[in-house]
Amino acid sequence: MEKAKDLKIAVLIKQVPATENVKINPETGVMMREGLDVEVNPLDLHAIEEAVRIKERFSGGPQVTVLTMGPPVAAKAVRYAISMGCDGGAVVTDRAFAGSDTLATATVLAEALRKLGPFDLILAGERATDGETGQVGPAAGALLGVPVLTYVSKLELQDGRLTAERAVESGHERFSAPMPALAIVIKEINVPRLCTLGGKLKAKKTEVRLISLADLGLPVESVGLRGSPTKVVRVRYPQVTRRGRKISASEDFEKAVGELEHFLAEVNG
Amino acid sequence: MQIEDYRGVFIFAQQVDNKLAGVSYELLGKGRELADVRGSEVVAVLLGSKVENLAESLGQYGADRVVVVDDPALETYMTEPYAYAFSEVIKKNKPEIVLYGATAIGRDLAPRISARIHTGLTADCTGLEIEPETNHLLMTRPAFGGNIMATIVCAEFRPQMATVRPGVMQRKKADAPKCRVERMEVKDLAAHRNVEILEVVKKVSGKMDIQDAKVLVSGGRGMGSPGNFTILEELAKELGGTLSSSRAPVDSGWVEKDRQVGQTGKTVRPNLYIACGISGTIQHLAGMEESDIIVAINKDPGAPIFEAADFGLVGDALKIVPLLTEAIRRTKERKATA
Repeated sequence: MEKAKDLKIAVLIKQVPATENVKINPETGVMMREGLDVEVNPLDLHAIEEAVRIKERFSGGPQVTVLTMGPPVAAKAVRYAISMGCDGGAVVTDRAFAGSDTLATATVLAEALRKLGPFDLILAGERATDGETGQVGPAAGALLGVPVLTYVSKLELQDGRLTAERAVESGHERFSAPMPALAIVIKEINVPRLCTLGGKLKAKKTEVRLISLADLGLPVESVGLRGSPTKVVRVRYPQVTRRGRKISASEDFEKAVGELEHFLAEVNG
Repeated sequence: MQIEDYRGVFIFAQQVDNKLAGVSYELLGKGRELADVRGSEVVAVLLGSKVENLAESLGQYGADRVVVVDDPALETYMTEPYAYAFSEVIKKNKPEIVLYGATAIGRDLAPRISARIHTGLTADCTGLEIEPETNHLLMTRPAFGGNIMATIVCAEFRPQMATVRPGVMQRKKADAPKCRVERMEVKDLAAHRNVEILEVVKKVSGKMDIQDAKVLVSGGRGMGSPGNFTILEELAKELGGTLSSSRAPVDSGWVEKDRQVGQTGKTVRPNLYIACGISGTIQHLAGMEESDIIVAINKDPGAPIFEAADFGLVGDALKIVPLLTEAIRRTKERKATA
């Protein structure tokens, strides 16, 4: 059995626009992130919280490292996680990563996890609120060759194994897996804490490492647009228009209800 | 990679306890359409233990061929043995397109296969078509909470893979089913287990599925309180329909999550959808816009739901719905005694 104090935990997070009103570059199909307010992907807060709870549960304190891929300003997201109780973190950042799809992103994160690790446990949120794919975590786990548990609603660590409860459509399942492993948590697992002033001060003082493509040693053609099998070719803003009849019940209430009833009788037989 | 070598549309025939998931039939319906455009075959990939009996119904819904990997190690869904078995099926058969249902199992499985065989995967698609000029699969999906629809291609890798949102594609019975069943053996599947199942707890179901309902009476935040949903239930009963909801009442705990329509709930396409006190966010509209007839009742004449409605009534749903139910009841009685 490993000693709990030797446990190394990584949390994968993403910085996302704090609004849903995003603009897409029509030429490249890539999101225009400049000038947008950003925040830590809300579903990732549950992964951070779970890591910090594990840290608190074991005396001696496992080390929790936060990792994100993005522009250098994503260091802000890493600092937020540190202010919640994580120990340190890094941003994997390089112009060559721009336009990465889920597989290219997973390739970068898996390599960064290898370089910073080895980790006993890797936690991630269910999906990001911008891209909403939920594919990066499972693909990264597959590339690392570790067991991946998705939709985790409860997590326990004991004797070098983790036990996880997974929520699926038909009910729930309990699994046990050896570590190292990757667990993707859903929001039902916990309620993320707010960060304290002390946490914020600590985060401010903690150095956030920037890791480049050269640091990872990955071939440039395996990342970014070139390393992405999928490409966005078109983006549109959905509009739903039917605009049938519209009547008001404000004047003749009974009549309006009667008209609706008549309409329903026609369409519903 | 010789892209021309890859042929056929393969779908993951998801089964649990020897029962096929509804989305599997929907994938066959869409798969049939795509295969007809490409002049190729639709193949269902059925993984499990003692599941060959399911092949017939896959044929009835459009599969030309069912590849069965039947192995005790596949009895209960576990990621690694399933991902390995499916990857072997792909390596042997070289499909042009592979579709999975965007269910907990499909979303768990597909990214693992994508990483294993190194090809693209598009998540949670709501539209799939072949681009005539290039023969590439155009995969369309919502992102940013449904505020944009992105169309994605995987031009240089095969297979082109997508998970597909349940309830969006249409199932279609084959006119003249002719289906070949082909057993494939994958060695040492049990050795690929890297997790251990301790317990499987099934939810007690037997409840309605709003995706099967012909008539849905749906309530939103404008219903004001959980108690007011009973007037919607009464209307639903009178119309032979089922109660559903937008997101807000589910988030407030007024209505069960199973009944939620929309981007983060279910996609429905009933004959008749009556939206009561629902403003009609784009996320909600995405889940019901393909209903045959949409009726909206809302106090706010500027509510976006009216843009999507065939019949809109501006007024308080709390007052209108009980009167409407009563009127329908009276008409029925009159007809019965006439």
